[in-house]
Amino acid sequence: MCGIIGVIDRSRQRMDGTGIRSALSRMDERGSGEGAGYAAYGAFPDYKEYYALHVFFDNPHETKPLVEDELSKWGTVEYQEAIPTFEQANIRKLHIPWRFFFKPDIHLMPRSITPADDIVTHLVMKINSSIPGALVYSSGKDLAVFKASGWPEEVADFYRIQDYKGYLWLGHNRYPTNTPGWWGGAHPFNLLHWSVVHNGEITSYGTNRRYIESYGYRCSMFTDTEVVAYLFDLLIRRHGLTIETAVKALAPPFWDEIDRMPNREQEIMRAIRLTYGPALMNGPFAIVVANHDSMVGFTDRIKLRPLVSGESGARLYISSEEAAIRTLDPGVGDITMPRAGEPIIGRAQ
Amino acid sequence: MSIGSVPLRYRISVDRDQCMLCGRCVDSCPYGVFRKEGEQIHVNSRVCVACHRCISMCPRDAISLVERPVDYRSHPIWTPQVREAIYNQARTGKIILSGMGNAQDYPVIFDRLVLDACQVTNPSIDPLREPMELRTYLGKKPSHLNFKTVEGDTVLQTILSPNLMLETPIMIGHMSYGAISLNAQQSLARAVTECGTFMGTGEGGLHESLYPFQDHMIVQVASGRFGVDINYLERGAAIEIKIGQGAKPGIGGHLPGEKVCADVSCTRMIPEGSDAISPAPHHDIYSIEDLKQLVRSLKEATEWKKPVFVKIAAVHNSAAIAAGIARSSADAVVIDGFRGGTGAAPRVFRDHVGIPIEAAVASVDAKLRSQGIRNEVSIIASGGIRESADVAKVIALGADAVYIGTAALVAMGCRVCGTCYKGLCPWGIATQRPDLVARLDPDYASVNVANLIHAWTLELSELMGAAGINSIESLRGNRDRLRGYLLDENIMKVLDIKTVGA
Amino acid sequence: MTELQDAIRIDTSGMHYTPLNRAIRAAVTSGVRRIHLDNIMGQRFIADGLRGNVEIVINGVPGGDLGMFMSGPTCIVYGNCEHAPGNTMDAGTIVIHGNAGDAVAHSMRGGMIFVRDDIGYRGGIHMKQYQEKRPLLIVGGSARAFLGEYMAGGLILVLGRKGRSPLLERGIGSGIHGGKIIIRGDVPDWNLGVGARVDKMTEEERGEINPLIEKFACYFGLDPQPFLTDPYSIITPSSARPFANKYTWEV
Repeated sequence: MCGIIGVIDRSRQRMDGTGIRSALSRMDERGSGEGAGYAAYGAFPDYKEYYALHVFFDNPHETKPLVEDELSKWGTVEYQEAIPTFEQANIRKLHIPWRFFFKPDIHLMPRSITPADDIVTHLVMKINSSIPGALVYSSGKDLAVFKASGWPEEVADFYRIQDYKGYLWLGHNRYPTNTPGWWGGAHPFNLLHWSVVHNGEITSYGTNRRYIESYGYRCSMFTDTEVVAYLFDLLIRRHGLTIETAVKALAPPFWDEIDRMPNREQEIMRAIRLTYGPALMNGPFAIVVANHDSMVGFTDRIKLRPLVSGESGARLYISSEEAAIRTLDPGVGDITMPRAGEPIIGRAQ
Repeated sequence: MSIGSVPLRYRISVDRDQCMLCGRCVDSCPYGVFRKEGEQIHVNSRVCVACHRCISMCPRDAISLVERPVDYRSHPIWTPQVREAIYNQARTGKIILSGMGNAQDYPVIFDRLVLDACQVTNPSIDPLREPMELRTYLGKKPSHLNFKTVEGDTVLQTILSPNLMLETPIMIGHMSYGAISLNAQQSLARAVTECGTFMGTGEGGLHESLYPFQDHMIVQVASGRFGVDINYLERGAAIEIKIGQGAKPGIGGHLPGEKVCADVSCTRMIPEGSDAISPAPHHDIYSIEDLKQLVRSLKEATEWKKPVFVKIAAVHNSAAIAAGIARSSADAVVIDGFRGGTGAAPRVFRDHVGIPIEAAVASVDAKLRSQGIRNEVSIIASGGIRESADVAKVIALGADAVYIGTAALVAMGCRVCGTCYKGLCPWGIATQRPDLVARLDPDYASVNVANLIHAWTLELSELMGAAGINSIESLRGNRDRLRGYLLDENIMKVLDIKTVGA
Repeated sequence: MTELQDAIRIDTSGMHYTPLNRAIRAAVTSGVRRIHLDNIMGQRFIADGLRGNVEIVINGVPGGDLGMFMSGPTCIVYGNCEHAPGNTMDAGTIVIHGNAGDAVAHSMRGGMIFVRDDIGYRGGIHMKQYQEKRPLLIVGGSARAFLGEYMAGGLILVLGRKGRSPLLERGIGSGIHGGKIIIRGDVPDWNLGVGARVDKMTEEERGEINPLIEKFACYFGLDPQPFLTDPYSIITPSSARPFANKYTWEV
C-alpha cells in the first residue's frame, strides 16, 4: 500500500527532518516496517557544487576500490565519508552507506550539452549494473537520500535526519511485495536531481522499462519505481519538456476526452500520446517527484491511489493522507484532491 | 507398372434413412461429389475436399465425412502426406501447390505463452464500466516533441507524420480481388468500416464498388504492380509495398488466367484470361536503398499525405531487415509469419520456409529499440493470428497491430479446406464463378466479420483490464506480462520473457 | 476519560485505533449515548462494526474506513474524511462537515451519509439495497469521476452547493444496474457511464428528495430553499442486466 509525503518550502527556507519523520510515522498503517526513506534537497550547502554520490556497500573493503576506480576515470572525489548512522534495535545494518562528493571532468564527454549530468548518469548505470555489492542510490548535487529497511521513525533515527536540513523533503513508508528488506528497494529512488516516491504498482513497467532502456538507462533496482525517475530525466532534462507536459505524457487524458478538446489542445495532446505512448504509466499509482526547483505530485489516469495536498505560507504539502500533512503542519488550510492525472506543482523561487 | 491410386482422403456417406432426397447436396458441391439417380443420392468421395458445404446445407444432418478412411501402415517418419507427395511427384515431375497456411506440425509458440492478471497489489480494471483504450495509431512517431511559447501559449513545433487511426488493433490483411471474390472483399470492407479499422486490397487493384470504403482500405503495391495507377494510390488510406509473404517467402505469385474474368481484368488492368504473374522480387528493388526509392516515390506521388507500409515475410534475418526498412521513410513494417495463409503456394515453401511470427515480432521490436528507432515504424504482425489471445500476446511481444486473414475468411464460412487454388470455393470466397460468388451475401457476411472483430476486441479489453492496463500502448512490448510455459531457454531469450513461476 | 452524565470525551492524541475502538465499545456497552473524540488524527476504522444507539462526535481528521460495517450509530465528523467512510455500512448515519476521499459509501447496504462539501472518485460505488434497507448518500458539493459506479441500489444525491450545478466528470453510473443518482442541474451524455440513462425529475421524485435536502440543510445549518425548486437530472440503469448481451455460450 505504501504512504508518501512531500513538502517544499517555496522560499527555500530549510527545515530539519523532525517534521517529516513524525508525518511519515503517522502513516505507519500503510507500511510493513520493511522499508522507509527520505530525501532532503539543500542538504549539503558546503558541497553544493559537487555530486553527492551515496553508495550502499555490502563490503567496502572489497568494492569501494572498484567504485573509486570508476569515479577516477571520469573526475575527482573532493571528499568522502562513511555516512553517520546510529544503531536501532530493529535495523540490521546490511550495508555500509557511504558518501562521495564528486566532480566530473566535463571535457571527457565533449559532445554532450549536459556533460556533467551525463557522466554521472553513466557512472550510476555502470556501477549499479557491473559492480555487485555496490549500489549508488543518490547521485544529485546538494541532496541526500536516506533509506533502509525498517519503520519510518527507525530509519529516520538510524540516519538522524533531524540533523539534516532541506527546503524540500520527500518521505516514503514501504509495504513491499518484491525484494522486502532490501535497502535498495526502499524509496525514494533517485537519479541525478530527480527523486521519486511512489505508492502503487505500474502495470506498464515492462513497456516503460524497454522504452527507457533504449535511451541508455539501465534498470537495476528490481522495482517499477525507478523508471519514473529515468522517465522524468529523459522527458524533462533531455527532451526539454515542461513538468506539465511531462505529466501529460505519463498520465494522459483519455482519447474521448482529447476528442472533445479545442483543436489546438487536441493536436498537442495527440502528439504527446503518439510520441510518448511507451512512456504512459498504467496501473494504480500516486507519485511525488522532486528536483531542485520543484516538486510535483500526480496519480494514475483513473485515480486508483489517494493523493491530497495543502498549503501553509510558502510551504506546499502533498501526501497520501491529510492526517500526515496536518501532523507536519497543523497550520495548513484547505486540503485539496487533484484530479486523476493532473499534477500539483510547487516551484521554489 | 503403375503406382496406382492413392487411398481416399475423405469418405462421404449419406444416411439413407435420414436423406429426403432434396438434392441440396448436389447443388452445393461444385466438385461433383453428389449426383442424384432415381431415388438415391450417389457419392464420389474421391473429389471431396472437406469444404463442408454439403454438410452445412443438409436439412437432415444426413451426410457424414470421415478423414482418411483407409489406413497406411503407420510410420512416424513416412507419414501418409509424405508418401502421397512422392506418388504425386513421381507421377508428374512437378512442384506441388497447396493452399492455406503452413500444415507442418511445428509447435505453436502462442500456445506456450500465458498472460498475466492482477491480484491484490493492483486492481484489475473492469472494462465494462471504466474506460479501456484500444485506439491505435499506425505510422511514424517523432522521437520527441518541440514546443515554443508564444505569448503565453504553448505551440507545438514538431510536425507529425500522417498516421492511420484504428479503433481496434485488429485489421484484415491483403487478399486481392482475384484471389477472393468481390463479394468477399465487399463484406470485409463493410466490416472494417463498421469497426473503425482497415483492410488490405491485395495486389489486385481496387474495384469501383469498393470506392465508398476507400478510407478504410490499404492499397498494395507488389512486384506485379497490378491495378496500380495514381488514382489507385490516391484512393487508399495508406499504401503497402509487398516484398514478401509468410506463406511463400522469397517467391512471387501467380493468378491463373482462368481466374482473370472481365471484372478482375479491369481491376488489375490486364487482359482478360491472361495469367497475372507477380515476380519474386520487385525489379526496381535489388537492395535496401532501392526500397527507400520506392517508398519515397510513392510518398512523392501522394504528396506525403499517406503512410507507406512495407510487408516482408518473417525470415531468419527479419530484425535487421526491419531496421533497414525503418530507415527508408516507411511508416510501418508488416511482418508475415510462416503460418500465414495463401490461395496457392508451393507446398515446400508453405511448410518449410520462414519463421514463426512470435519470434519475428519479438526480435524486430528488440532490434528497433536497441537502435533507438522503434518510433520510426509501427509493427504489424500477421500470419497465424487465430484468436484474441494471439492478438494480446503478439502485442505484448512488441506489435502495434495485427492483420488477420484466414480468421476473417472463416468468419464468412470458410472451412479451411485448403483448396483455394481450385477456384471452386463453395462458400463464394476464393472463386470467381458467378454462381458460387453469389452464395456469399455481403449483407450477412459483413456482419459476421464485424461480429468477429467486435468479439475479439471485447476479449482483448477484458484481458487488458485483468492485467490492470487501460490503454493498449501499455500492453505493447510489455513482455513482463507474458510467461513461457514449457518453452526452451533459447526461445525465451529471443522472446525476452521469463518462464512460468519466475 | 471525563464522565459527563451519559456523554464522555476521549482525547485520542497518539492513540492507536484498536484501543480507541475498544474504549468506544466499552462506553456504548455501559450505556453512554454520546462520545466526543478529540484530536483525531488519521485513526482508521473508527466505529468499525459498531452496533447500538450512540452518537460519536469526531473532532479532527479520521483515517480511512470510518464506520465500516457500522450498524446503527451516528458519527458526526468535524473535519475531512479519508477514503471510504461508510464502507459496507449497514445502518446508522455519518455526517461529515467537510470533504471525503475516494470510494465514499463503497458497497453501502443501509443508513445515510451526509457530506457537506466534495467527495472523491467512485463515490457510492456498488451501493446496494435489499428489502427495507436502502442506503442514501447526499453530497453537498461535487463528486469526481465514476460516481455510483456499478451501483446496484440506493440513492445518491449531489447538490453542487458551490455553483448552480456540480462539477461533473466522466463515468457517472457506469455499470449501474439498480438504484438512482440524482444530480442538480443538467448532466450531458458524455458524463454518463455504460448502461446509465438520464431523465428529467418527476414531481414524485422531487417529493422524495426534498425532505432529504431539508435534513441535509439542517445538519449543516444551511438554507435549503435554493435546492428545493431547482431542476435535477435523474440517472437510472438502462437495464437491470446491462451486460447480458456481451456473452455467448461456448456450445
